[in-house]
Amino acid sequence: MGTSDIPESAASSSTPELSLSSTPLSPFLPVLQLRSRVLQAIRRWFTEHDFIEVETPVRLAVPALELHINAEPAGDHFLRTSPELHMKRLMAAGAQRVFQLGPCFRRGERGSRHNPEYTMLEWYRANAGYADVLMDTKQLLLAVAREVKGTTDLEYQGRPLALAPFWERLTVSEAFVRWAGWDPAKNYDADRFDFDLVEKVEPRLPREVPVILTDYPAAAAALSRRKPDNPAVAERWELYLGGLEIANAYSELTDPGEQRARFEECAAARAAAGRAVYPLDENFLAELGHMPPTGGIALGVDRLVMILADLATLDDLLPFRE
Amino acid sequence: MYSASDLRKGLKIEIDGVPFDIVEYEFYRPGKGQAMYKCRIRNLLNNNVTDKTFREVDAIGEPNLEEREMQYSYNDGEHFVFLENRTYEQITLSPDVLGDQKYFLNEDMTVKVLFHNDRAIVVNLPAYVEKKIVSTEPGARGDTATNVTKAAKIDTGYEIKVPLFINEGDLVRIDTRNGAYAERVSKK
Repeated sequence: MGTSDIPESAASSSTPELSLSSTPLSPFLPVLQLRSRVLQAIRRWFTEHDFIEVETPVRLAVPALELHINAEPAGDHFLRTSPELHMKRLMAAGAQRVFQLGPCFRRGERGSRHNPEYTMLEWYRANAGYADVLMDTKQLLLAVAREVKGTTDLEYQGRPLALAPFWERLTVSEAFVRWAGWDPAKNYDADRFDFDLVEKVEPRLPREVPVILTDYPAAAAALSRRKPDNPAVAERWELYLGGLEIANAYSELTDPGEQRARFEECAAARAAAGRAVYPLDENFLAELGHMPPTGGIALGVDRLVMILADLATLDDLLPFRE
Repeated sequence: MYSASDLRKGLKIEIDGVPFDIVEYEFYRPGKGQAMYKCRIRNLLNNNVTDKTFREVDAIGEPNLEEREMQYSYNDGEHFVFLENRTYEQITLSPDVLGDQKYFLNEDMTVKVLFHNDRAIVVNLPAYVEKKIVSTEPGARGDTATNVTKAAKIDTGYEIKVPLFINEGDLVRIDTRNGAYAERVSKK
């Protein structure tokens, strides 16, 4: 399997034939066909599971505050780094299941797995938690793989990757104790955590099966809630496919007081690091108290297509990459 | 000092007093964590290549490097002497600094010398130099194939592979980056 098998399956279905003209963009047409089918399969799965597709503003007066994520200014607004706060406001308003597919922007992020502009799939489920969105994620990925590739047995960069039946589940503490020699849930050190995650943990995660790295130290909770029976960790997991980080899920924090405190702490840390500090999103904070327990997740669509198309870098996926 | 966001391919940095060249560079940010800059770096003193990941918070040393054009003057039997045309300043370099480049020097050749803290650490020759073949087995007459080669020595004693039609006394062009024969300049 490889990129070469895409055109064959694509051409044999009802997709229009490719012309013989050739520009530097021509080599991207097969992967664009595959990408189109992935988007259709995603929409179909959510529609069949009673999610409503929403579109929230791309241009924001106030971007979400995160310590290490920088928003791209757009005039007197900012381009969104994530649709999270608007989608949660819809959940607070009473929506039960919503999803969104759309562009997000992160300033200065460019690498083989990063692009300053990318497509995010985000969904939220009411009266649910991070375990429920894990079930959603499994079903969604199996459905997409079956529809697009005809199988859940993939190959990524020369190694088999079986999306079914088994998903490896590791807590962050287990992974760090095993490969980095310390437990970040006990003595959190942000710089060391990030460095060891990249240098020691991620390279050793299994690649033949999907991996869920779960229960992050409370200090790395971001917008997730603490685990009720173990407040040292937060109900947050990340999905890795073939060593690529694909998705980040939470049992969402619903406590406006704790949310405000985390935003303020983040704002102070950003100011101390000399980064732009955005004002708090007061509409979000005012409505958050109405949000029921909710499971939410953000999934990088470009990286998912990289996996399905067996591409090593975004350079081979994005035709208009700068 | 550089900050991590200054890092890019080709940038020269300094770690523990040693100058390095960034030969590969990759931005990576895990999850909600800080940006990482995964680099492959080449030690400019010994050419060793290693991997090094910098964090967003890291400050990275900026080496004091200066490149100067100089002319090769002579070899005193052990060391190599270079002159700066403008200032007539003279430097004497050990063969270690030159590595294999020492075999490709010609008198009065202009080279670029890289100084780190006023110490010469790298000598860059022109990409191609001309050298005379001083010994090789006689070639088959009329054989112009270039895919079959034989050994030949140049005036500095360095051995290269040349096509069969090259003879003693021929002038050839050599690629100084890999020490390979490029083409024949003139016959004896």
